[in-house]
This record gives sequence, structure tokens and C-alpha cells, in this order.
Amino acid sequence: MPKPRITNTLYELSSKTMIKNTIYIISTIIFFALILLPPILGILIKWNTMQDVFNQPKLVSEALNAIAASFAVAFVVSSVDVIFGVPMAWMITRGKSKWLNVLDTLSDIPFIVPTATLGYSLLLFWSEPGGLSSLFGTPFVSPGWLLIILLHFAFSFPVVVRVMVGALLDYKLEYEQASRTLGAAPLTAARTVTFAILKPSVIASFTLAFARSLSETGATMMVAGVFVNGPIFIKNHINETGALVFVSFILIVLSSLVFVTIRLLGSKLRLPVNKVWPMTERKLSTSAVASSRNSVTLLVFFVVVLVPSLFVAIPAFEAVFAGILPEALSGLGLWGDYWQSMALSYLVGTVVTLLNVVIGLPMAIMIGRKKLGNGLSTIIDMLVNIPIIVPSVALGASLAIFWTENFSFIPEIWLLIFAHLSITYPYFVRSMSAAVERINIDLEEAGKTLGAKPLCIFRTITFPLAKYSMLSGAIMMFTRSVSETGATLVVSNLVTAPVLLVNWVKTGVPTMTLGLGCGFLILFSFIILLILRLVARGRRTY
Amino acid sequence: MPDVRLVNVTKKYGKIVAVDNVSLHIYDKEYFSLLGPSGCGKTTLLRLIAGLVHPDEGEIYIGNKLVNDVPPEDRDIGFVFQTFALFPHMNAWDNVTYGPRVKGFNVKKAETIGHEVLEMVKLHQRLDAYPNELSGGMMQRIAVARALAAGAQLLLLDEPLGQLDAKVRNDLRYEIRRMTKDLGLTAIHVTHDQSESMVISDRIAVIKRGRILQVGSPKELYMAPKSIFIAHFIGESNFLEGYVSSINGKQLTIELRGGTEIKVIQQNMRKGEGAVLAIRPETLVVEKGRKKKRNSMLGIIQRTTFEGTNIRYEVKLENQDLVVVVKPSMIEEWLNLGEKVTVNFSPEKIRVFAYPEAGLREELTVE
Repeated sequence: MPKPRITNTLYELSSKTMIKNTIYIISTIIFFALILLPPILGILIKWNTMQDVFNQPKLVSEALNAIAASFAVAFVVSSVDVIFGVPMAWMITRGKSKWLNVLDTLSDIPFIVPTATLGYSLLLFWSEPGGLSSLFGTPFVSPGWLLIILLHFAFSFPVVVRVMVGALLDYKLEYEQASRTLGAAPLTAARTVTFAILKPSVIASFTLAFARSLSETGATMMVAGVFVNGPIFIKNHINETGALVFVSFILIVLSSLVFVTIRLLGSKLRLPVNKVWPMTERKLSTSAVASSRNSVTLLVFFVVVLVPSLFVAIPAFEAVFAGILPEALSGLGLWGDYWQSMALSYLVGTVVTLLNVVIGLPMAIMIGRKKLGNGLSTIIDMLVNIPIIVPSVALGASLAIFWTENFSFIPEIWLLIFAHLSITYPYFVRSMSAAVERINIDLEEAGKTLGAKPLCIFRTITFPLAKYSMLSGAIMMFTRSVSETGATLVVSNLVTAPVLLVNWVKTGVPTMTLGLGCGFLILFSFIILLILRLVARGRRTY
Repeated sequence: MPDVRLVNVTKKYGKIVAVDNVSLHIYDKEYFSLLGPSGCGKTTLLRLIAGLVHPDEGEIYIGNKLVNDVPPEDRDIGFVFQTFALFPHMNAWDNVTYGPRVKGFNVKKAETIGHEVLEMVKLHQRLDAYPNELSGGMMQRIAVARALAAGAQLLLLDEPLGQLDAKVRNDLRYEIRRMTKDLGLTAIHVTHDQSESMVISDRIAVIKRGRILQVGSPKELYMAPKSIFIAHFIGESNFLEGYVSSINGKQLTIELRGGTEIKVIQQNMRKGEGAVLAIRPETLVVEKGRKKKRNSMLGIIQRTTFEGTNIRYEVKLENQDLVVVVKPSMIEEWLNLGEKVTVNFSPEKIRVFAYPEAGLREELTVE
């Protein structure tokens, strides 16, 4: 079948250097103008307000304590994430049971529960009378630092599992087999060879979990009690620009420093691979020890991650039987606002996902193919991460300052979209640029020698090979946008579903109604995720 | 000492039978090759011996010990992978001394072994080099040195020369054999390259579709192949189809297509039975002109190819069959394209096989 003329024209255009460069330049400009600079400039514009904070030593000390608490929580959480996430990924990739596929899917659940809902769910499970506390009479874990750690562990655990499952699947098993044939016990082989080679992925998973913990606001607010970390401090002082700017600035600078240090020193970090304890490691490699390790990992996953994350759905079942469902579906009373907020959330999620795919794709290719040379590509690669590490509430506040002070004519919905674009952009570019990097350049060059134009090569070679990663990136963006609470709260007065649920919690809406509201959100996100997964799996993967 | 015995070993991957009821005995200090086309199950067989995969049925013995449930680290083997699998985060020295270290040897002993094996592979000067800084040949030597340093008496090599260029490959295959013989090791070498297995092995097992077709010395396999496939896969053969037209004691008369009769020596064939003659190209004598006589056919040179050592002729016979004839290029007088010739057969050098049930083409299929 002859190609439509328009396709041919586009193919031809894509081979023109000027067009290609223009696309890359526009993509870079959009990245700086829309994604990276507004949150930073928002803070810089109000730089002078920091003076107000320095005049209040008590406030400075509170702010610094909050920041220290943020880093302490993030460090503890991401370390524990790695300790339990790596064995979980190992079990999923190396086990033989068919149930491991189910376990793999279950490990994504905390991704799809909106963070505010997740926070509420954990609160119900650990602290409220209907949860674990009913067994003990008093709150099992009261709101505070321990509950924050449990919460952050629940939502960042899937990040580590996802990254490590991918890394272990890509890993060339022969290295480990070679080690075993040379006499190494399974634990020795894993420690001295597998994880020594996969060190970058372990570091990446730690970094992502660390960043996620540092920046999370929505859910943390629900479980914090009197505990104050960076994002909570910002939320508590949202009307005091100086305090907001001060904490945001320090958080951004410190976290950037941490990540640059990890990036630069991570590759030089020598893991203890030379020293071997053959007898001890042999004893620790027995199947009894492996079974115990798997049991502990599963127990932690179910008790600390999965059940608390889904606990909120239990009142939803009760609500169905109590006859609240018809009322909810008819949109009466509270539910009218609820469905409006749901529509808004999914609309924003869809728009943000589509926009980011369009503006992020050229950037992903630029990074993946090092179009700007090694040095510049690495710098851009690092800059892309920044929006992940800024606390979402600070990012929202900063964006609100930047856009409303300079571009007050911009409608509120666009502020919301811009905020979500910033927050979700790194997830897509990260995932897609890694996928592009993995595709052998020879394949694209083979396409060129056969006469294909760049756009044709992308459509027929690069895209089919990278589509799963593209989909993963899109899923992460979509779920992140739909569940985003912290930035949404401060950037506009529009009420998305997570914001509405936070309001319901604050105003003491009945548990069953709240549970049903959360249940719908989880159910819809789960269905969308499932459809996207089925679409991806229905086609052949390479 | 490590002889290796496999008794009725089967390994399946889903519905695919990779290794099909294989029994095999590899003797102590023997250099043994598993030879077969891609996908025939030879690498699976080697991995079964190494303990990297487990048999569904059957027993594997190393020495006198049943090793079915023994993990690879306790089998006392050295394994050289096709891709070498040198640990990318360790330099040559750390790679080579990895085995002694994980086996708990003291530092001094590990270092002594490291120096010895690196001396053996002549790579002492590249101790600090990382795998990505080494050439293919060097990586291969380090991989062998690493396997030897672990102190194993049984060396398993999975297409160890497959990734090297022809010249390096030729040099290294002699070197590997020399080293294993010097050290008194048993070696099992997987390859799909029949010329490699011929020069390196004491004995070869030819495998097709998970089954062992024949085990023998390179000479036995070449001179006395037991099947059409082996006559085809080991070296080169011409195959001519016909049937047994008469039997006189051990002498059979095979009538080829077009009515030409060839006398051959063979037992166990019945009159009227379909037959395939397997004839090595170098056993055919080709002479100028048409001189019809017993055990000969007339033909025309259809193609000549100069191969350096040999010159190769493709001759179209009078019955339209095509045969290849190979002659030493520096000794014999060259024939010209289109020249009319007589091709003479030597009955004692012809192997006769019953016509295969699945057809000749299927029997010759390599994949």
C-alpha cells in the first residue's frame, strides 16, 4: 500500500538537519522555560523575603530541624527500601512459581493509590480504631515520625522493586554462573559479582526512593501528627513567603548536593567484593536461609506495604452494602463535587501525559543518544532530575509565585497543568532515555543504510523497541499526576480528587463515604493501568 | 580422577526436548568434543554437566560421584563461556584469582596460582587491565586462566573460540589442547565447527536434535561415518541416489539415475533397496576426455574454484547429478571450465547407506 503523501512529506522533512535541530532546540527551550526554571525562579524572585526568616531565630531553628528530619526520614526509608526491595526483586526475577507474576503486579499497587489516599489508608490501618489498633485497644502506631517512615516506605518500596526487577532482568546471568562454576556459593556470587555489576541500579533505586521521600507532601500531612519535616513546614507556613522560600531553597540545594555527590562518587564507591568468607557465606546460601529470607520479605511486603495501602478499600465494601453506592453513582450531595473532581483529575492526568510525551521525547532521544556530546548530555541528564527532588508543595508554591506574579493572565487550570508537567516530566524522560540508550545504534544505522528517513526510523525501529519503556514512563506520569496532592493544593484553588479527599478527611466526612471515594479512585486507576498493561503485553515484546 | 558419565539424561524446555535420553562416557584426561549444528542441544549438555541446568531424567556422574543435586560450585569444574563472561568490574588479576579466593585459599596460595596460570597463558604483563581493555584473544586466555586457577580437573569449554577471528582461533585451539594435556585435565569442548573439533579432540560426539548420533575419534568419524548426516557434517561428501540392482557376495551393484552402475563393497543391503552413496570429494579421480570404463561416469566441468591449497571442481555428470572434486592445486594439472572429463570412483572409499525414510534432503538438514 502506498504511503500517504503527508507521511512521505513528514519523513522527508525529518531528514533535514535544520528541522531536526529546531525540534531539539524547541524541546530544550520548553524544558528550561516550562519545567526547570519556573520552580527555581519562583524561589529566586522572592529571594529577599528570606530576610524575614533570619530575623526570627526560632523559625530558623524550626526550619532547620524540619529539613534535618526530612533527610533523616529519607535516608532511613530508602535504606530500608533497598534492604527489603532488593530481595523482593530477586525473588520475583529468580523464582520459578507462576504466582510471582501476581506478586510483581501487586508490588505496583502503592503506585496507583493516590498519595493522600495512601496516607489516609495507613492512618486507618496503623492508628485508627478500625485498624490494627482494634487488636490492642490503643493506637498501634500514633501519627508521628514512625508512621511517616511506614508511609514513605510503602510508597517508595515499589520504586526500588521496579528499578531492581528491570536491572535483574537485563543482567547477563552468565557472570553469576561463571562465578558459581569457579566455586562461589550463591550468596558470594550475588554479592561479589551480580550486585557489584548492578551497583548503578542499586544506587539509582536508592536515589529515586530518597527523592520521593524528600518531596512527598500530600500523604505525609495526613500521618504527620505533630512531627514536622520540610514539606510539612512549608505547608504550615504557606502564607509566609520568607519561610517557604528559605526551606525550599535549602531543600533544593542540599538534595541537589546529595544527588550530585551520589552520582559522582557512586561509581567510585568500592563495594567490598574482594574479601570473601567462604564457609559463612556457604551456610547463608542454604535453601533454608533463602526460604527464611523470602518469608521475611513477603511478610514485610504484605504487612507493611500492601495491606495498609489497600486498607482504605475495606470501608468502601461496607459502603456498597450500606446502600451508599446508588447515592454515590447518582452524584447527589457530596458526590456531585466528587465526580467533578475525578473528571478534573483524569483530564489533567491525560493532558499532562500527552504533553509530556510530546515535549519529553526529543529530550529523551537527545540524552539517550548523547546528541549534545558527552559532557552536556550528562549535565542535562542531571538537570532533568531536579523537579523530582523539590518537595511537591514547595514546587507548587514556587510555581504559583512565578506564574501569578509574572503571567497573571494564565488560567488556573494551566497552572495546575504546568505544575504536574514539572513533577512528572522526569519520570518519562528518565525511562525513555534509558530505553533509547539500550537500543543498539547499529539497528538505527541499518535503517539508514536501507534508505529510511529519521522519522521513519523512529516509527519503525526505535518506537517498537522502546514502546514498553515509553508506556512505563506514561503510566508513571499518569498515576503520579492523578495522585498528586502537595503541589496541587498550593498552586490553584481547583479541586482535584486527591485534594477533595484531603478536604473530606479534614471535615470529618463519614468513613464509609471516604472509603468509597478512595475506592473509586483506586479502582479507576487500577483499570486504566491494567488496560495499558494488557495493551503493552498483547503485542509482542522484544 | 574426573571421568564423566551420563546415563539416560533428558532435558526439556517446555515441549522442546533439548537433550534426549543421552548416555555418554568421557574418559579421564580425555579431550572430548560435543559437535553439532546450532540448537542441537550440545550447550545444554555441557550446562547439565556443569550443574547450571538440571536434568529432567537420568544421572550424571563426575568421577564416581552422582552429581545431579550437587550445585556448580561443588562440582570442581572450570567453565569457559562463549562470551568469556569475564567480570567487567574486576581487572585481569582479580578475575583470575577469583576462584582461589572464593574457595577460601590463603592469599599467598591464591597469588601463587594466579601467577602460574597467567604465566601459562602468557599474559603477565596485563594484570591490571580490565576486560574492556583486552582484545578478544586476550580475553579468551584470561577466561581459560581463570577456569584453570580454580584448580579444577574438569574443564568445560562452551564454544570458547567462537568469537575470535580465524587466525587467533587457529593458534589458540592448539594452545588450549596443549595446556589441558600438560596439566592432565579432562576437557569437554562444545563447538559447531567440525574442523575445530577434528584438530583438537581425542574423541567427538556428534549431536543432532538432542540425540548423540555417533561417538568416535576424528579419524573414525571421517573415515567411517555411521550415518548420512555424519558423512555430510564431518568433512564434505557427494551424495548420489540409486538402488541395489544386484548382489554378489559383499559386492553390491548400485544403479544410479540414468542407468550407470557402480560396484561397491557393503553388507546388509537387500536387492531392490534404495541406496545413497557418500563419496568424499578427494577420493574422486577426474581426468581429461571421455574414457568410459568400469566405475566411472562422463561429465563436464561446470565450475572451478581456486581455494589456495586445493582447486575445487563442480562436475555435471551425464545423468545430471552434480559432484564436487577437490585436487591439490600445486600438484595436479588444472582443468578448464566446460572441459569434458571422466570421473572415476574408488569402490573401497565409497560408503553406502540405505535410502532414508524421511528423504535425503531431510536427512541432510543441519538445523
